[in-house]
Amino acid sequence: MAVDASTSARGDLVLKNLTKSYGDFNAVDDLSLVIPKGSFFALLGPSGCGKTTTLRMVAGLEEPTSGSIFVGETDITDMKPYRRPVNTVFQNYALFPHLTIYENIAFGLRRRGISEAEVKTAVDKVLNLIELPQLATRKPNQLSGGQQQRIAVARAIVNRPALLLLDEPLGALDLKLRRQMQIELKWIQTEIGITFVHVTHDQEEAMTMADTIAVMNKGKIEQMGTPEELYDSPKTSFVANFLGQSNLIPGEVSGNDGDNLIVDLFGTKVAVPKARSSAQGKSVLVGIRPEKFRIAAEGKSTHGNVLTGGVVSDVSYIGVSTQYQVEMPSGKELMVFEQNDDDEEMLRKGAKVVLSWEPTFTFALDGSENAAAGSH
Amino acid sequence: MKQISKWFSKNLIRIYAFLAFTYLFIPVLYTFIFSFNDSRKTNLIWKGFTLDKWKNPCGAPDICNALGNSFVIGLTATAISTILGTLIAFALGRYKFRGRSTTNLLIFLPMATPEIVLGASLLTMFVNLGINTSMFTAIIAHVMFCISFVVVTVKARVASLDPRLEQAAMDLYANEWQTFRRVTLPLVAPGIAAAALLAFSLSFDDFIITNFTAGTVNTFPRFVYVSAGRGIPAQANVIGSAMFFLALFIVIAGQIFSSRRKAKI
Amino acid sequence: MVAFKATSAKVFGLKDNKSILPYLLLIPGLLWLALFFIVPIFSLGQMSTKVPGAQTGEFVQGYRFANYIDAFNASTEQFLRSFLYGILATIIALAIAYPLAYAIAFKSGRFKNILLVLVVAPFFVSFLLRTIAWKQILGEEGPVVSVLRTLHLISDTTSITSSAFAVVTGLAYNFLPFMTLPLYASLERIDPRTLEAAGDLYANGFTTFRKVTVPLSMPGVVAGTLLTFIPAAGDYINATILGSPSNKMLGNVIEARFFKIVDYPAAAALSFTLMAAILVLVTLYIRKAGTEELL
Repeated sequence: MAVDASTSARGDLVLKNLTKSYGDFNAVDDLSLVIPKGSFFALLGPSGCGKTTTLRMVAGLEEPTSGSIFVGETDITDMKPYRRPVNTVFQNYALFPHLTIYENIAFGLRRRGISEAEVKTAVDKVLNLIELPQLATRKPNQLSGGQQQRIAVARAIVNRPALLLLDEPLGALDLKLRRQMQIELKWIQTEIGITFVHVTHDQEEAMTMADTIAVMNKGKIEQMGTPEELYDSPKTSFVANFLGQSNLIPGEVSGNDGDNLIVDLFGTKVAVPKARSSAQGKSVLVGIRPEKFRIAAEGKSTHGNVLTGGVVSDVSYIGVSTQYQVEMPSGKELMVFEQNDDDEEMLRKGAKVVLSWEPTFTFALDGSENAAAGSH
Repeated sequence: MKQISKWFSKNLIRIYAFLAFTYLFIPVLYTFIFSFNDSRKTNLIWKGFTLDKWKNPCGAPDICNALGNSFVIGLTATAISTILGTLIAFALGRYKFRGRSTTNLLIFLPMATPEIVLGASLLTMFVNLGINTSMFTAIIAHVMFCISFVVVTVKARVASLDPRLEQAAMDLYANEWQTFRRVTLPLVAPGIAAAALLAFSLSFDDFIITNFTAGTVNTFPRFVYVSAGRGIPAQANVIGSAMFFLALFIVIAGQIFSSRRKAKI
Repeated sequence: MVAFKATSAKVFGLKDNKSILPYLLLIPGLLWLALFFIVPIFSLGQMSTKVPGAQTGEFVQGYRFANYIDAFNASTEQFLRSFLYGILATIIALAIAYPLAYAIAFKSGRFKNILLVLVVAPFFVSFLLRTIAWKQILGEEGPVVSVLRTLHLISDTTSITSSAFAVVTGLAYNFLPFMTLPLYASLERIDPRTLEAAGDLYANGFTTFRKVTVPLSMPGVVAGTLLTFIPAAGDYINATILGSPSNKMLGNVIEARFFKIVDYPAAAALSFTLMAAILVLVTLYIRKAGTEELL
């Protein structure tokens, strides 16, 4: 079987109004997305958000209810999986148990009619890339989890697809191995320049590896951008809570001052940069990340935005940092992460404290957002 | 003393298992021993050790003809029932379709029906249609009762196959037929082999249904039954023992083969 | 090929439309079963109501349902005996097989596979040879009887063969693997941690066995007892070889009516009744597990 024209298609991955419904339930709801060629892209979200379904539709393993998928100029929406220039790394690796590692990796190449000599060159090359040339004659069940994972990646990239899809490939590995593999995968992607689409529920993983992240929730994309953009300027409470942690405090816009909005929080006025606000009207949710707070005993001098009247309700010493839970007069509980980088004594439960932070670190969401969405 | 009774109660069940195995093998051992008996007409009393019967297993009249028929029926019935049963197993193990529970019932019923009813009903049908019983009708009957066992054996294997392996194959440019040939079939093959082996042993050892549907065609079990009255010849013991060792060899070889495939280094 | 391609798409979750491939796969085998299992049952039913015709050996349809009553009356003893022997043999087989299956599932370590082969291996010898072997071992000239007589455990006139005891133990022996393997399969599936949990919750060995192991092994018990009782109730070989005329089972009567006294209607009626009775028992039994589970 000669090498198919469609399997050599190249270009950006474009999803247009992609929908997958099961009865009334939309697993993927009118999703539109452009993933630039050569980038490391992460689809991030909790289980059931539709990220794996989206991936499988791109691979051709699920049929979309409506919408289209393009690779560059080529419409691959109705194509069978074996015609697409797309390869997948499955969650449980799906290595063929009855074939050797060499045969596993050679599988895709042989189906496309590539000569045995060329197959050997390609397989040897990719085994060297992942530094496991000695495993060629072994069977999958003789390999460790980490080795199997790398072989699964090798089996996919040896075909030089336009797109590599990774379906939570690191889920089964222990923490240390996972961190190591994150670095390796990122390195492989930069080396060979293929577009990687990585599906995961682990926000740290997405932020470490990806150039661009799309956060998905209930079949839709909440926000897409670089890790910094998403972390510093979340546009929805889901993103604010899902990536890292956020303190979201309801308030009212009372005025503005140059580049900043002035927001009234339970009587105190704070400054919020307009560039970081996605609020539509007067009612807002002011967001401050716990690590941005400075916590000090009442009476100590402060600068920037200030909230007084807080009482420490819980203390957790984590070694590198101390986590404080502070109850404000309004009844709201705020979380503070203080790095243990000075000689300041740890504050005790019941201590009266004042919280302050640099205004540039504030972001604001529209008041209609649900402050609890995405928190975990 | 306490040590002994402690050991005893701890290993009680192992001791029991040993006794149970001994019980299972007694008639096998007896059959084997008496295949060396220097018997004349009957093989009931030990007369002396001889290898004659092993050297000339076809010595008893018609025994090898019966054995040959058993093999012909067995191999033919195995081939047909394995194919038909495997097809059904794939349908049941892979697809959703209407009529699933009816199919399950139809597969289950022959296994739940006593052999005498299976044999009697087939004979009745042949009599009604005026068809004479022969090797042909015997093979028909054997295929019938083997299909269900093949389905059950293969279906277990098909159901345990991870569908993601086939998805991975398609992802790696294999079309449906290539996926089936290179991934599905090799992984289901051991189940099909086991089913074929089971079908053959059921067919070879069958007496009741064969008695009703084979007419005058002699098979090995029929030969043994008929000569039981006047004493089975030692050659029957020889053949029985030989079949035992052959089957044992095949099963053990299969086990070693499959465990080697799975061996971790 | 086209059908294969288009419809195997369904397997890989690609299309949700209906496909004909599963039906194509099913038809050959199911057709064979329909023709050679279902139709003969109807033939049996049809034959059972026939009456003797003009010539000997000829039967014509007479819709004589009284055939059933006549046949049943004539063989009530054998009918009941078949069920009695069947139940006894099943109980004995269960008693022998359960500890054996337990030993293999829990106490065999790396010998598990070898032991499983050893359970099945004796049955590679033709069952007729094995049954006849028992007849000779337990028979008049055999070693067992002479030893027992020398020890004066039995009198010079009692014999072990040609008795109900021999027939029932023969039946139990013959169907032991059918009992052992399903028992083993369901015992093997028990997670040993559930047994540890029971111990942690103050149950001693016997209580754990009674309240955890036994209930969890029930699917195996159901399957094993069915696979033993059904063939045992319909058997007649053991009765012929190991029993006397007073031990004859329904199978013997049916065989006789087919081949010795040519009375097909009576034979058909008896076969049909046997099948119906067993089906009723099996259906009641199966209420405990669906047909999918049994397969």
